[in-house]
Amino acid sequence: MTVLEIDRTTAAAEQECAHCGLAVPAGLVRAGEAFQFCCAGCHAAWDVLHDRGLEGYYRLGELRRERVRVSGESFEEYDHPAFHALHVKTLPGGLKETRFQLEGIHCASCVWLVERVPLAIPGLVRAETDMTRALARITWDPAQVRLSEVARFLDRIGYRSHPFRGAGADAVRRADERAMLARIGVAGAIAGNVMMFATAIYSGWFGHMAHADERYLRWMSLVLTTPAVLFPGRVFFRGAWAALRMRTLHMDVPIALALAIGYARGAVNTVTDRGPIYFDGVAMLIFLLLVGRFLQQRAQRSAADAAEFLHALSPAHARVIEDGRERVLPAAALLPGMRLSLRPGDTVAADGVVTGGRSEMDVAWLTGESRPAVVSEGDPVWAGTTNRSSPLTVRVTGSGEATRLARMLAEVERGGRRRAPVVATADRLAGGFVAVVLVLASLTWAYWTFGPQRMPASALDHAIALLIVTCPCALALATPLAVSVAIGRAARSALLIKGGDALESLARGGTLYLDKTGTVTEGRTSLERWDGPDWARPLVLALEHHASHPVADGFRAAWDGLEAPEAREVTMTPGGGIAGVVGERRVAVGSPGFVRAHLESQDASDDGGDTRVLTPVWVAVDGRLVARAGFGDRVRADARTAIDAMRARGWRVALLSGDHPDLVAHVGRELGFAAEDVEGGAGPERKCQVIEAAAACGTVVMAGDGINDAAAIARATVGIGVRGGAEACLAAADVFVARPGLAALEELVAGSERTLGVIRRNIAFSLVYNTVGAVLAMSGRIDPLLAAILMPLSSLTVVLASWHGRTFDTPRSGTGRGRRLDPSAVSAGHGRAT
Amino acid sequence: MSALLIVVPLALLVVGAAVAAYLWAARDGQFDDLTTPAVRALHDDPPPAGTAPGDEAED
Repeated sequence: MTVLEIDRTTAAAEQECAHCGLAVPAGLVRAGEAFQFCCAGCHAAWDVLHDRGLEGYYRLGELRRERVRVSGESFEEYDHPAFHALHVKTLPGGLKETRFQLEGIHCASCVWLVERVPLAIPGLVRAETDMTRALARITWDPAQVRLSEVARFLDRIGYRSHPFRGAGADAVRRADERAMLARIGVAGAIAGNVMMFATAIYSGWFGHMAHADERYLRWMSLVLTTPAVLFPGRVFFRGAWAALRMRTLHMDVPIALALAIGYARGAVNTVTDRGPIYFDGVAMLIFLLLVGRFLQQRAQRSAADAAEFLHALSPAHARVIEDGRERVLPAAALLPGMRLSLRPGDTVAADGVVTGGRSEMDVAWLTGESRPAVVSEGDPVWAGTTNRSSPLTVRVTGSGEATRLARMLAEVERGGRRRAPVVATADRLAGGFVAVVLVLASLTWAYWTFGPQRMPASALDHAIALLIVTCPCALALATPLAVSVAIGRAARSALLIKGGDALESLARGGTLYLDKTGTVTEGRTSLERWDGPDWARPLVLALEHHASHPVADGFRAAWDGLEAPEAREVTMTPGGGIAGVVGERRVAVGSPGFVRAHLESQDASDDGGDTRVLTPVWVAVDGRLVARAGFGDRVRADARTAIDAMRARGWRVALLSGDHPDLVAHVGRELGFAAEDVEGGAGPERKCQVIEAAAACGTVVMAGDGINDAAAIARATVGIGVRGGAEACLAAADVFVARPGLAALEELVAGSERTLGVIRRNIAFSLVYNTVGAVLAMSGRIDPLLAAILMPLSSLTVVLASWHGRTFDTPRSGTGRGRRLDPSAVSAGHGRAT
Repeated sequence: MSALLIVVPLALLVVGAAVAAYLWAARDGQFDDLTTPAVRALHDDPPPAGTAPGDEAED
């Protein structure tokens, strides 16, 4: 394959798409043009942006590096009153507001572009974007513009919109999060001030402080600490109480105990005016523990964000035929037995059986099959697949939760929930820690009360010192902090990691399953071989301008600049090809079987190379076979190096694809896979089985891009979504690689290994600290001052170690703020010089 | 002594005001999305107010 031989230098010399910055395929370069495009979608988007005065986008220096995929939907359901009742809010003044989830929002430039769409559409007031969650709040004036027009515009520039269906859950979560922030703020302010009083009191020991002053400060500490324990500290008491009622030991138990006893003892000592007060420790504990908990929550939350997308994906509406008329109904209202009308370009909203028409269905989404499936009367169609060529009527057999798509998405969500036990394990481990601390505290108290010293007065103080000093502050911060720093660094090099457990598993090594279509290959049909004269090209193009088939797209993409004459009498045969008259010549383009019927002599034979690898397309002109073309899906340029690198790290790499076994085997051979490591023809359910079976005996990583991989990705120990993939798959994945190519896989593994090293160091350090503190406290050698110094010191060490630990390499400098920006984009002149 | 009696409550008042302001901001949702506004600030033109973006010459 020639693609594999393209080295970096020639790639850099290639033309770049003026819209997305990707390399322009050689067949598409138009000589003499100032602007080149990699596909028709990018070209259209570029035109739209220039028409509407949004060309400032190209000066941002950060292009999307992703081809524009236009869905071509009409979005007319957005104007339906039922849609408005469900998703639209009317604002005072007659404006309307709704929230969209947008596919394809991945970078700062997307925010710029979407937020400036109101400049191009009169009547659209605001489009406010939340980048991390890919949400846009759309405010518009219904008197001037319809919502469907807005949605179509967004679609044309590459952002397909879905109504946001998680508004209820979102409100709850938002309230939760705000309450947590409020707690942290209050706890932080109080801790800071109590520490200040404590500093004054401790320094008073060395200088001369009037006793009345010290008493005053102790009282003030009490006054300040009380709200900290009552308001932000309540979380721990509630957690401990819940754990006790469930008869388990949770990290919250010793925390609550330390807080309660420390506070109570401090209060008594303040009133009786003797002994240590512990308030500084208590206030600090509350603050630091809340911070640790917040960091952990935030990492888990991003996983939940992604799951929101699942609900947005299946089509929301369908055209139902009732009494000979078509009506648009919400997908939830579909019942088995109803008849649906499917126009070309429509996505099916329910499972069903074709009752009329013959067409081709794009099932890549569901099964990973790159060639469209031909359906005719009696064939099943699945929700989520798209009609490619001609109108169909379909009788609904399953809708809502009963569709194959819904079952798969449910599987994805289940997979997401199943992973939660990892957190539970951490809590169980904490249970052991807790038990040890509690036993030690009672032993200390018993020893000092009944032991040789017989000092019951200080026994309680020693036990409290132990509880406070061993409070797992550094331990609680160690993992979440290291993980969130690593995740932040990884995001800067375009690896979006949703949770800490993914890092842990990736560091362990195991089996890596790769999907073929779109992951190892580029995932689109392109013209790979053309055996024929140049004069036939315009004739083919003239016909293919009438079709919306992957092959037609492939021809158009390959010969974009070519002038094509008009075609007449065009007929399309689904699953066959297209025929018509161009100028004075009869032209037929399509599968060998279809074209053979248009030939005068029947002697044309299949010598067109390996038909199992490339889909053959023949061209006949005036009854003579003039050209043979081959269509295929290219292997990504960096696939071989990346796969070899993973093997060198000790991973077993296997190929698992839903595509035709012959195609998969061919790609497998090309990439040096052993035959037993390659499986083709695996549908989503089979993929799920394979992953589950493999997961039973070790770490399994699944990397894929289609919705057909989503369930398998959710089941794998770590699921990786590859750039350009279906959003459902990205939602199910633990890691989303937001840049093209497979090279990121190795980086991910190396970074994970280093992150785990940092975590281990942190844990080791906090354990050492806890042991030393415990020994000092038990032997009665710790005083409140020492505890006050030791505690923040240990947390600080953990913070610094996490911050400076080398985990993921941040991208090379020189790109400035260019997050996820490939340096070549800058050198190609797209960089903004300001 | 007398200085502390005045200064400490005064400091607490200031802290109280700061905490109140923070609580208002947190509950108002100012910390809900921390990424997008940071990104938005890097873009030159102010958010649309009915005017077309400046057509500065490409440099």
